[in-house]
Amino acid sequence: MQLEELRTEGGKVKLPSFEYLRARSMEEAWALHSEAGGDALYLSGGHSVVPSMALRLQAPSRLIDISQIAELRGVSVAEGALRIGAMTRHAEVLADPLIAHHAPLLSQAAPHVAHPAIRNRGTIGGNLALADPASEFPAAVLALRAEIEANGPDGRRLIAADDFFLDLYETALAPGELLTAIHVPLPPESRLFGFDEIARRRGDYAMVGVAAQADVAGGVIAGASVTLFSVGFTPVRARAAEQALDGAPLSPESIARAQAALAQDLDPPDDPGFPPERRLQLARVLLGRVLSRMEPVK
Amino acid sequence: MKHLLSTTVNGEQVQEAVSPRTSLADFLREDMGLTGTHLGCEMGACGACLVLMDGAPVHACLVLAVQAEGCTVETIEGLTETGAAADLQARFHDRNALQCGYCTNGMLMSAQALLAANPDPSRDEIRDALSGNYCRCTGYEAIVDAIAATASDRAGRSETKTEAAQ
Repeated sequence: MQLEELRTEGGKVKLPSFEYLRARSMEEAWALHSEAGGDALYLSGGHSVVPSMALRLQAPSRLIDISQIAELRGVSVAEGALRIGAMTRHAEVLADPLIAHHAPLLSQAAPHVAHPAIRNRGTIGGNLALADPASEFPAAVLALRAEIEANGPDGRRLIAADDFFLDLYETALAPGELLTAIHVPLPPESRLFGFDEIARRRGDYAMVGVAAQADVAGGVIAGASVTLFSVGFTPVRARAAEQALDGAPLSPESIARAQAALAQDLDPPDDPGFPPERRLQLARVLLGRVLSRMEPVK
Repeated sequence: MKHLLSTTVNGEQVQEAVSPRTSLADFLREDMGLTGTHLGCEMGACGACLVLMDGAPVHACLVLAVQAEGCTVETIEGLTETGAAADLQARFHDRNALQCGYCTNGMLMSAQALLAANPDPSRDEIRDALSGNYCRCTGYEAIVDAIAATASDRAGRSETKTEAAQ
């Protein structure tokens, strides 16, 4: 058997055939997507698309390379928000001073995202569009109360992170719509942030993770934002825990109330070998750890 | 349909027609004959296929060859030819940091990029840089030793950081 046939017939780790096209503009990308009748995927870093195709989890007839589109690039501050272009690679998120200053949860999350070589190629837009429930960035954008900028033939829209992650690998993006950027509202200097996860080894998927931010005004917490990941089918806003914190001083007592409230927020799936009770317990422990170490941006 | 790919591999301008489904790793191995780029898992987990793309280590199994358009790619053959990693390779040899050698080229890519960015890494930082590189033979200790020793060599220090000294 020739190598080319082996790749098609036998080799399960080689990609099935597809057509590859480069889009130079958003308009061109939409047109190429619609021309394929929806049987197409956008390709940026490719670090989810390529292995999923190699594993034959999906086989689109066309890949549209969007990495050359200018609107997807750059990190900037405008109109009271930090705009992070979708093509910003994880390694750039890790190193970017504007992100460290205005969206520190993303900087703190980045070292936990996979391994260094993956971070050199994977992009934050691709990561959010995939919406892996064990991934760090979705939980961080949720805690940051960010908005996702999407552009499609019908125009540009901003989707609140709360409305973006719908279900397992399912987002509010319409077919053919491009995730172009993340908008993070600029935080006050005094805002407190915390992020951590529990994983067996560096780079492994987290067993549970927490991203949190809160303002303290007049000695009490206002507007606490607490999210968890790797606890269900989407990243989860822990609203009962947030309510337990709001209006109280950040203290061992309020943290204990937030930990207790997590039972109302989480309903972890029954994973063989990892019962929901254990995941909830880990979430409580980690939440206590993160909340007691909340810090403003240095 | 094949695409005409223009890229730079180990300092050499290359123009080749490639099919979109060909990974950069298969392109390097089969079209360029550069078999030092090893394939392990072909899903970005093992790190055997790391190459430097525009100076940064990336998984050649997760990059399509067509995505290397206009990029600079360096493989272990390139690093060996220029001698850029000769001291690192010698330290891997001295410290018995390889047994079967299958993972070694990927390890060298991670180590080379780490030392370029951080000439004096702690052992924890070395382990972190290697977190995406699997070795099924050595248990990693000797690999960390070899990289720490190279960092010391390059800094002109005679002593090397060992687990005991920290």
